[in-house]
Amino acid sequence: MRDVAIIGIGMTKFGELWEKSFREIGIEAGLRAIEDAKISGDLLDALYVGNMSAGKLIEQEHVSSLILDYSGYSSKHLPAVRVEAASASGGVALYEAYLAVASGMYDFVMVGGAEKMTDVGDAEANRELCSTADNEWESIFGATYASLFAMLARRHMYEYGTTEEQMAHVAVKNHKFASKNPVAHFKNTLTVEQVLTSSPVATPIKTLDCAPVSDGAAAVVLCPWDHARKFCDTPIKIAGVGLATDTIALHSRRDICTMDAVVRASSKAYHMARIGPKEVNLAEVHDCYTIAEIVEIEDLRLVKKGEGGKATAEGQTDIGGKVVVNPSGGLKGRGQPPGAVGIAQVVEIVQQLRGEAKERQVPGANVGITLNIGGTGATAFVSILKREN
Amino acid sequence: MQIPRFWRQIPNRYNLIGVQCENCKKVYFPPRIVCPDCHRLSIGKMKQYKLSDKGVVHSYTVIYEPAEGFENQVPYIMAIIQLEDGPRITAQIVDCNPEEVKIGSRVEMVFRRLGEDGKAGIIYYGYKFALVKTQT
Repeated sequence: MRDVAIIGIGMTKFGELWEKSFREIGIEAGLRAIEDAKISGDLLDALYVGNMSAGKLIEQEHVSSLILDYSGYSSKHLPAVRVEAASASGGVALYEAYLAVASGMYDFVMVGGAEKMTDVGDAEANRELCSTADNEWESIFGATYASLFAMLARRHMYEYGTTEEQMAHVAVKNHKFASKNPVAHFKNTLTVEQVLTSSPVATPIKTLDCAPVSDGAAAVVLCPWDHARKFCDTPIKIAGVGLATDTIALHSRRDICTMDAVVRASSKAYHMARIGPKEVNLAEVHDCYTIAEIVEIEDLRLVKKGEGGKATAEGQTDIGGKVVVNPSGGLKGRGQPPGAVGIAQVVEIVQQLRGEAKERQVPGANVGITLNIGGTGATAFVSILKREN
Repeated sequence: MQIPRFWRQIPNRYNLIGVQCENCKKVYFPPRIVCPDCHRLSIGKMKQYKLSDKGVVHSYTVIYEPAEGFENQVPYIMAIIQLEDGPRITAQIVDCNPEEVKIGSRVEMVFRRLGEDGKAGIIYYGYKFALVKTQT
């Protein structure tokens, strides 16, 4: 297996992009990544696209060929693969692309993630998110996606004493970072009080505990580490990856407050990168709800189990703390286009490791981790990225 | 939902029929084709099993932003219930105020309408749960 580098990154703004179509945002992110990598698109060997629900949301399947075609490469007949794993589609696409480059099968690969959520109304978008849980044994009984995380939250509060105020701190921190991110869906900052008094969605989850549904796309270019410096002054190494799964339904998990798939995927990634959680400077995690960030930083072992809420309220996950979590603003602030999330997380870490994150730059960023989950944690993808000086 | 898709799960949703692995005796709901512990040793040995209709609340939430088709029930209580026979399931809790539900509350299955496919479509029935009233 060869070491793999990220030599180019690109993304669109996240938000309600009424004026742009699915294919337009997909191409926009890809072109930016090509431009950033300073390579000719003619070098590409393959395309991987992460997408959750184009079939339902824009009534368009077969988006791998579609994106490749509109990128202008149909005459080269390149392989193009679409990957679906709910909101982990982007992360799993990256995993597959990584394997292809590491194995020696391909040298230059584009990996994109894209989702167009706002061509349908909120009800349909939410129904799509619900379909990432077990449709026949959770959703049919009236469970919403938020309600599943709400039950996870309630149990976490019961077992570890986590509070609604601690959850609110996640939203406050992530909006603060998002306000400094030019591509973020939300630019407003929040107070704990505003989060706590926002309207209930599924108790204890309130409106301001929820990430929005957004449109957006993100892309990265991979190549073998040994070629990377020819194209890029600061290539970022993919030092470790891990992909793991768990039961589709939350109720069937060994423990509904622990995402075993996250534990497993991150253990694999740490092992491969030969580092431990203590060496991680910053993390991009999947905060679809504020409780998700709390549980995930525990299961990534960035904080002790049960102390995710407390660590957040104490500022341990903010600049100056132990590990900076979601400097992009996360799903909560930067936005949530499901298929694009996993790639956008990597884009943020690469910017941070290169020292190009401007106002939201994390000082001393050398090792970053990303966590992209599907459903309530039935899929987890983890990557560990390193700057090599 | 397509009619066959609901129809084929009527025994499970009406009567809490799951399966038991005859190899390790573990009970599963909803039914599974293979036992996640015994794998191939369980092939052909997953037998129908009627679960006890009693359990306790493992976690719960009160939903204010409903799933499609549940708009007129808001606010409604969803719970993960730990059944006496071992499996956990997701279901509504009905016939009480949200304040009465706690983690650990004892509940039992009740048979209710789950939803319908519009005005002329089929009506779905299945399990919900109600608090077991303690005698005073």
